[in-house]
Amino acid sequence: MAIEIKMPALSPTMTEGRLSRWLVGTGDKVASGDVIAEIETDKATMEVEAIDEGTIGAIHVQEGTDGVAVGAVIATLLEEGETELPAPSAAPVAAEAAPETVETAPETAPEIAPETAVSEPVPAGIPATVAAPASTPVGANPDWQGPTRTMTVREALRDAMAEEMRRDERIFVMGEEVAEYQGAYKVTQGLLEEFSAKRVIDTPITEHGFAGLGVGAAFGDLRPVIEFMTFNFSMQAIDHIINSAAKTLYMSGGQMGCPIVFRGPNGAASRVAAQHSQCYASWYAHCPGLKVVSPWSAADAKGLLKAAIRDPNPVIFLENEVMYGQSFDVPEAEDWVVPIGRANIVRPGSDVTITAFSIMVGKALEAADALASVGIDAEVIDLRSLRPLDSETILASVKKTGRMISCEEGFPFAGIGAELAMQVMEGAFDYLDAPVMRITGKDVPMPYAANLEALALPQITDIVEAGKAVCYRSGGQ
Amino acid sequence: MLEIYRQMVLIRRFEEKAGQLYGMGQIGGFCHLYIGQEAVVVGIQSVARPEDSVVTSYRDHGHMLACDMDAGGVMAELTGRKDGYSRGKGGSMHMFSREKNFYGGHGIVAAQVPIGAGLAFAHKYTGDGGVNMAYLGDGAANQGQVYETFNMAALWSLPVIFVIENNQYGMGTSVSRAAAGQELADRGKAYGIPGIQVDGMDVLAVRSAAEEALAHCRAGKGPYILEMKTYRYRGHSMSDPAKYRTREEVDAMRKQHDPIEQLRDVLLREGAEEAQLKELDQQVKKIVGDAADFALASPEPDASELYTDIIVA
Repeated sequence: MAIEIKMPALSPTMTEGRLSRWLVGTGDKVASGDVIAEIETDKATMEVEAIDEGTIGAIHVQEGTDGVAVGAVIATLLEEGETELPAPSAAPVAAEAAPETVETAPETAPEIAPETAVSEPVPAGIPATVAAPASTPVGANPDWQGPTRTMTVREALRDAMAEEMRRDERIFVMGEEVAEYQGAYKVTQGLLEEFSAKRVIDTPITEHGFAGLGVGAAFGDLRPVIEFMTFNFSMQAIDHIINSAAKTLYMSGGQMGCPIVFRGPNGAASRVAAQHSQCYASWYAHCPGLKVVSPWSAADAKGLLKAAIRDPNPVIFLENEVMYGQSFDVPEAEDWVVPIGRANIVRPGSDVTITAFSIMVGKALEAADALASVGIDAEVIDLRSLRPLDSETILASVKKTGRMISCEEGFPFAGIGAELAMQVMEGAFDYLDAPVMRITGKDVPMPYAANLEALALPQITDIVEAGKAVCYRSGGQ
Repeated sequence: MLEIYRQMVLIRRFEEKAGQLYGMGQIGGFCHLYIGQEAVVVGIQSVARPEDSVVTSYRDHGHMLACDMDAGGVMAELTGRKDGYSRGKGGSMHMFSREKNFYGGHGIVAAQVPIGAGLAFAHKYTGDGGVNMAYLGDGAANQGQVYETFNMAALWSLPVIFVIENNQYGMGTSVSRAAAGQELADRGKAYGIPGIQVDGMDVLAVRSAAEEALAHCRAGKGPYILEMKTYRYRGHSMSDPAKYRTREEVDAMRKQHDPIEQLRDVLLREGAEEAQLKELDQQVKKIVGDAADFALASPEPDASELYTDIIVA
């Protein structure tokens, strides 16, 4: 029986990759352990080893092919004695055929209104889990009418750092694997080459120490950008973030502050379980002296990171690993800076306000589409910044819609939603037509099992159901 | 030499006055006095340059005075008044002077150590020739972040001197009960950081050790550890009854090893006049008296200060 060699998943969040090179050809004999191909993921180039021995019967995906879906058959291995080549069980997969890589161009989705053209329409039945679209061109920048370029969140973050580093010699990037490895998630790719080891610095795995060192460097008038490989590890360093960075301006009577950016992926990635999957938005947003930013689109990722680096205060910049590979339109401005503290209405609506940040914005938009199909016109606000919070935009929206749903990946208790609900009580109570609802991660450590993980994470259906509930439509349409 | 003497006396009298004001209820919260340890910071700062930076723990009044910060401003911060270095918002443990390159005053044990290495990183990055003096206690020497810092400072050859002020007690716990391996100067061995033990009650010994350490750092050879064997006469803070040691132990230190008396003897032996020293004592007394008057006369910060200096606008 011929063995199918399939595109392997090489990271928790990988859905596709580029088959950059074949090291074997049809008719070559391979033994298990032989390197047969090189695959480029969004994070790194990896070698693929043969698991079985045999002869390469056919190669189904040519080298240089982008967007090869995980699980696609890329070659067939003939076992001893086999000569015939059976047809592969799946059609050869290339970028164009992989559904998750289809660009949601307007002409393929004419039923979506231009301002909400963010994803494929969600059928009325609502899928239990919806993969985020790989490419999401959005009109998320109401302030920008000029030309745009499609790029991933990852590239946008890298460009933001590079542009700022070109502008100001005092800026340096420090963290685990940021330099020679090119970033654990490739966010700092190319920075070492351009800015040298003086300004792009690999650290030992000592978050507490290098966070404190960064604070000292900021006191010494440098502008550190400290990367945490994930924000889970910032717990090792939280004393310096709060006690040393956030409080110094106040404790010094305004004499000296701490201009520093702590950035890295926050929240759940995929199947990495409790210690690697937590949203720290409410932890940091709790503390005076910090600014806390959590962008969704690539345009905001770039513009807000540039703003964060220029900010004279300590800024917590919460990224999301799942979002790194997603593409958005980013303004081709010479200096695209998005001011911290301003929310963005990414979908205007009149019936219910849905607030979200980071990855939840995409889910909220999909939920809004689903709600539209049952006649509920939701307004989706991308908070972008959690501290300072753009209460003005939120309250104005709630006064208009009379209803609010807060979405976040974090735990419910003392979460961002709890704060938003209180602010709405204080600022728009008389306008409410229904109690505020919150969609959050469940109040449990993140489980590993795929089904439990899906249950623990807030899903689009949860938002849709909440939308119906606050509009008193639960009992049927 | 006379200036060194004057500074040590200034710290001693300042701290005595602070203790007195604390007893009168004019200073609140925690107040950690430096009495007994004066030779350490004075000896080291006497050979530092203006471009060098300093960071220390919460036992910081002496360091501020040795960095030439104004006694009135420090005392007014202790009394929580608007003319304090932090406008009354920092208190005893949290004061800063960018002008004097003094970066705190840190209330979390050992947090100042990586911060000091960060300042050293900035010295090296900008090439300003400065060295950071990061002061820490024997208690802090057991904190994990100290070793994270030793590693990075050595790895990157940062110009930082880790001054371990071993006053023999981390609050109420003696070094022998807290530290496995009591030779704190050797704590950098695994990282290749040279360290020496110094009689921290002898300001001249401190001074020459600091010269050596500074030369090492300025030559680009990386960090250096100075373990200063010293002693605090008072409790850990004003509220410490100090039951963990005997009065005899404290008295013996005061009588036989007092850093000010030791230097006074040296000065007199080398020809200084008794009257000259008395004159300095009087000068210091006036500075401290004026500082206390200033600190008590300064008003409390305006209520509007509650919401200032949280974020740079």
